[in-house]
Formats: sequence, structure tokens, C-alpha cells
Amino acid sequence: MLEISNLTHTYGSGPGAHHALGGIDLRVTQGELVCIVGPSGCGKSTLLRSIAGLLKPTGGTITLGGTPVDRTPDDLAVVFQDYSRSLFPWMSVADNVALPLRRKGMDRGRRRAAAEEALEQVGLAGASGKYPWQLSGGMQQRVSIARALAYRPSLMLMDEPFGSVDAQTREDLEDLTLRVRNHHNMTILLITHDIDESVYVGDRVVVLAKAPATVVGDLRVDLPGPRDQITTRENPAFVHLRAEVGRLVRGMRSHPAAAS
Amino acid sequence: MGAVMRFLRAAGRLWLVPVVLVAWEVATRMAEDIFFPPPTTIAARMHELWFSGPAQQLWLTEGALDNIPTSLGRIFAGWLLAGVIGTALGIMLGRSERFSQFVDPLIQFGRAIPPPALLPFFLALFAVGAQMQIATIVFGIIWPILLNAGDGARHVDRLHLETAAAFGLSRGQRLTRVILPSAMPKIFAGLRLSLSLALILMVISELVGSTNGIGFQLLDAQRSYDYPGVWGSIVLLGVLGYLLNAAFLAAERRILSWHRTANQTT
Amino acid sequence: MTGRPPLSSRLLCGAAGVAGLFCVMELAGRSGLIDPIVFPLASTVVSRAAALAADGEFLADVASTLGAWAAGLLIAVLVAVPTGFLLGTLPRVEAALRPVLEFLRPIPSVALIPLALLLFSDRFDMKVAVIVYAAWWPVLINTMYGLKDVDPLAKETLRSFGFGRMAVLWRVSLPSTAPFIATGVRLAAAIALILAISAELLAGGASGIGTFIIEAGGSPDALEYIIAATLWAGVIGVVSNGLFTLAERRLFHWHLARTEGAR
Repeated sequence: MLEISNLTHTYGSGPGAHHALGGIDLRVTQGELVCIVGPSGCGKSTLLRSIAGLLKPTGGTITLGGTPVDRTPDDLAVVFQDYSRSLFPWMSVADNVALPLRRKGMDRGRRRAAAEEALEQVGLAGASGKYPWQLSGGMQQRVSIARALAYRPSLMLMDEPFGSVDAQTREDLEDLTLRVRNHHNMTILLITHDIDESVYVGDRVVVLAKAPATVVGDLRVDLPGPRDQITTRENPAFVHLRAEVGRLVRGMRSHPAAAS
Repeated sequence: MGAVMRFLRAAGRLWLVPVVLVAWEVATRMAEDIFFPPPTTIAARMHELWFSGPAQQLWLTEGALDNIPTSLGRIFAGWLLAGVIGTALGIMLGRSERFSQFVDPLIQFGRAIPPPALLPFFLALFAVGAQMQIATIVFGIIWPILLNAGDGARHVDRLHLETAAAFGLSRGQRLTRVILPSAMPKIFAGLRLSLSLALILMVISELVGSTNGIGFQLLDAQRSYDYPGVWGSIVLLGVLGYLLNAAFLAAERRILSWHRTANQTT
Repeated sequence: MTGRPPLSSRLLCGAAGVAGLFCVMELAGRSGLIDPIVFPLASTVVSRAAALAADGEFLADVASTLGAWAAGLLIAVLVAVPTGFLLGTLPRVEAALRPVLEFLRPIPSVALIPLALLLFSDRFDMKVAVIVYAAWWPVLINTMYGLKDVDPLAKETLRSFGFGRMAVLWRVSLPSTAPFIATGVRLAAAIALILAISAELLAGGASGIGTFIIEAGGSPDALEYIIAATLWAGVIGVVSNGLFTLAERRLFHWHLARTEGAR
């Protein structure tokens, strides 16, 4: 459903230009959860912002559901890393979640109901009347996830969604993501710099090289479900995959056993 | 118990006020200078002028009912008009670098004109009356609102705008739901500044060309050498200024509660 | 994003904006959209303003206004800065005086003009007096605010080397408060000009830009004179504001660099 071919992006021009993306090819099929990992500053965010239509790439094409992306696609939702700046402090939690639904032409009552339902799914049933800044960081990020869920997008983009929360909350949010994904059969593209996380939540892990970013690895994660923070991480297949992704991220050659 | 403590603490803070009043009273009584009437004389004159009416009028006199609401009406009309125009223009300036480049010198110039200098011009354009006063007030106080709104709209958090774009909010929704609220704290700072400016311009415009209002009463008292009346009008204007500012701050605290708390916690 | 447009484009656009307004006003007047009797032609106003620049009488008026403005501002600064330091360094005095100040501050300064007219027989003194009162506030408040902003660590550093109170005040508090005082003076300068012209409008008889404007009201082409003189008042405002801003940048670039960097 998402096809990216030979995507390039350069910031600035001349000798001072920064080549962020150096020809990316990627296909994501319906219902997949694809994690994109890479060292920091490798252009992951540039890629995400291009897919979201927030940035016009200098070359290549992106199509979503068959239509080329030249502005923000209609059925796409983004969960940003910086929840405190991505949620609007002047609106209540419920209003934040319901705001994008205006675009779908839903009336007030249905918007409200959809927001409540989404908040319930992320475990924040009682928080709708509160303001984002009255909640902890992890809860705020749940609100952003609820906002994306309520929107019922065909593709959900997550940009380092758990990068600003503590380790325990991070695990909770990872499991939450897996749960809502199974429930809605959504397509998710999750960007992270955390190798463990990418293997734990992903169906597929795509590894990007340092800028200008190119795809250096594309691994299928075949781990038994349902995944669980303790047992999955003990699984020899998990340990093996993690090492494999780690090598790719550090720019080492793929291990011969894994490549076969 | 708590109320008593609070009262004592307030009394401890305010002790100098009665001391100053008594000292002033004693000094003026001893000096017997007609230019400096004692505070009690001023208070008596204020009572006579404005607060000795019948009970069903809340003890306000005809003079008070004729002049105080008129003056307040001019302040609020000018302030609201300046608020609406200033916010609209300011947001346009903040969101369009081009537009702001074209009109920046005009704004800098308009802002630098001392507003009272325009009084004779508006007087010639509108003749004596509310129109001329409101025009003076609007022209004089629009600048802080305009510049603050522009500043606020220019510095909307990029992630706020990107979130709005990613969820496909329309232009109108982006304006009313994202840009306007996030510029609001700045706009309020401008509105507060212009409220006290509006009071000043109301007074000067009523002093120069008016047949009613507190400023006119002040002028009238001055012309008839009613010194306690002059002092009383000044005190009344001071009280009005204090009340306007206090009311504004209370309203701001309610409306912008998200701003204060959000900035404390993050 | 193509980055910031160059300075020349700012200048060019600004000039175009001014020229555009001029042309619109001129055309509106010539085409009869605005009656030139009600609002004179832009070209007439500009030529009148140019003529005023060579008019000895008008220049004397400008000089009188600027004289009262400068004298009032100077006295206000000389009084307000020491008062601000006194209140800023003696918290008990400040706490006692605060309510009195809070009661005095909201009084609109122009309301004092009728009183000052009664108290001062000399018009120039009257102008200076109301300017001092109005200009005093922003300088005082900025001085006190700046003193609160002084880095306690800087004070303690000097204290730890054995310097006394006065030395700390002179070496740390004064320099780090200076930028705030400068901002206060810039604000006070604008207010002083407003008061000067207001006083002239009300006093009459004396000389000054305000007096010129009010007296022009009698002549048949009054509006031309009024607008032309108002334009010059605006020019004075722009120039004074520009000079103060420039001086602030020159003198306190270290302060700007620090606050911008901290953002």
C-alpha cells in the first residue's frame, strides 16, 4: 500500500548541502508493522516527514494506496516523539483527540464518542476532561496514540514515539502499540533508534545507513505471538535478530548465517 | 482564624497607606494652600459629585450616571475595536513574511506618532463626539496588540503546525484552533498594555473635545477653580485604572490558565 | 523554505509599501473617492511637511517640545534610577511603599495636566513636571525589575573576594541592571513625547508642536497643516526610538548575546 522508490532529499545547495536521503526504496504491504532503524542523524525523520507530506523530497516518488503523495494524505496519522509539543495545551485531552475528526465531517456527538472510545483503548478512559499538561509523559503519549487511532488512518506513522519516556512506560507503550495494531489491523511505520524495540514490535525491520540514508538491510521478524516483554526477549531468534540488526546499524557486513 | 491572620497580614503590608493619608491630611491642613486640599475634603467632594445619589441608583448621582458609563463605554468600544482589528492584522503580519515586509515601515511610523497629536485631525474629521474619541483611542492603542499578535503568530511551535498539517486541518481550522490560541498569551499581553493606554487616551480626548465624560468633568472643575473637584476626578480615574487592570488580570488568569500551568510543568 | 530574504529586499519592499500607500491616497483624492476638502491630497500634505521643515516658527515649536521632552526625561531618569536602586536593595522599604505605588501607578498621567496647569504658572515648567511624573514610572519599574534579575552567583563571587556592599552594587548590580534601565528609558521617551504634546494641546499659548497643531485649526487649510505637523511628530518618534534602540544595541550587545543565546 505504501511504495517508495528512489527517494532522495538534499537540504540546501552547493558545497554546504546536506544529503539526507540517498535513494530509498521501500514497500510496505497492508497490515504490516515496519520498523525503521538507523543511527541518529541518518535521515529517519526526513523520510517520515516526506511520507507525511510535510516535506517535499528533492527526488523520487512516494505513493500511498496508489496515489502519489504531494501533500498530506487524507488517511494518515502521525505520532510525534515530542508529545508535549504535539498535543495542544489549550485543549482538553478529549478535544485534542477529537480535533482531526472534524475533517471527516463527523458531528459533535460522534466525534466525542470516537474520542472516548480511542481513549479507552489506550487506557485513559477517565482522562478526557483533563488537559495534556496535567498528565505524565507516558500518558500524554497515550493521548497522541489515541488521537491517531480515533482518526482510523490506513497508515500510522510513529516518529520515535517512545523516545522521551522512561523504560517501564516505554515497554507499556510498546505493548499498547502491538495490541491496537492487532485490534485494528492497521499498517504502521515506526521509526526508532532502539534496536531492541525495532525487533520487539516489528514484523519487519528496515535498517538505514548513515546519511545520505540508504536501505542496507530488510529483515523479516518471525517471532511467535503474542509477544511478551520477558519471554520474547529471551527467545534465541530475538537475540539473534537483535545482533544482526545491531551489526547492520553499525555498518558491519551481514552475518553469513543470517543472510542465507 | 485564617481570615484573621490574612487580615493582619494584609494590614501589615498596607500600613503605610493610612500613614501617608494622615500625614497628607495634617500637612495640607497646616499649609492651608487652596491648591492642595486635604484628602477628607477631596473625599467629601467626590461623594458630593458622584456618590450621594438615591439608594435605588446604587447611591450614584446623575453626574456619575451621565459621565462614568460614557467614559467607560468609549474605552471599551475603542479597546474592543482595536483588539479585533489589531489581532486580525497582526496574525496576517505574523503568517506572511512578505506582507510584513511591505507594511513594516508604515507600522513603525504609525506606532511612533504620539496619539494625542492626531486629536485635532480626528476632531476635524468627525467633530466633537464619541466617534472622534473612539478613533483616537483605536489609533493610539492598536500598536501593542498588532505587534504582539504578529510576534505570537510568527512564533507558533513548528510541531504544532506540523501536527495540524499531518491531520489535514483546513486553513480555517489551523487559524482558529492552532495559530490563534498559541498567539493568545502574547495578544493578551498587548491587550493589557492597550487597556491602560486606552484610559489615558480617553482622558486626553475628553479633555480636548467633549461635552461629557470624566475627562470633561475634570476640565470643568479646573475651569471653575474647583480644586477638590480636580483632585477628586484624578482619584476617580486612578481607581478606574486600578479596577480595569485588576479585572483584566482576573479574566486573563481564567482564560489563559493552560498557558501558565503548561509552562510551569514542562 | 528558502531562508531569510536579504536586507535589500526588506528595504525595497518597505519602500514599495510606503510608495504604494502614497499613490493610493493620491489617486483616491484625485479621483474624488475621498473628498480633498475632507482629507487633503497626499502630495499636498508632503509638500506642506517639506515647507514646514524650513519654517522658522515651526522649528521653534519643535525645539520647545524637544527641550521640555529632554529636560523632563533627564530629570525622570535622575530621580527614578536611584529610587529604583533604593527600593530594589531595601526589601523592607519596598514592601512598605509598594501599596502606595500600586495606588499611584494606575492614575492616567494626562489627568494630571489640568492640575499642573493650575499649579504652574510657567507653561514650560508645567510640561516638564507632567513629563517627569509620567516618564518616572517605566524607568523605576524597569530598574527594580532588572535588580531582581541580577545573578546571585555573581554577587556572591564578589562577596567571597571580600568586597563590600557598595562595591557589589557598583560592580555587579549596576552593570547588569543597566540594560533594563535602558529599556525603561526608551519606553519613557515615547511616553514623554505623548505627555509633551498632550500638555501643549491643553495649555495653548506656549510654543510647541501641540500648540502649532491646535492653532493651525483656525486657518482654512487647517488639515494640511495638522497632518503635516503630525507627520513630523511621527518622524521625531521614529528617530528617538531608533536612536535609543541603536544605543541599547551598541552599549549592551553582551546582554543581547546572552539572552538570545539562552533561548
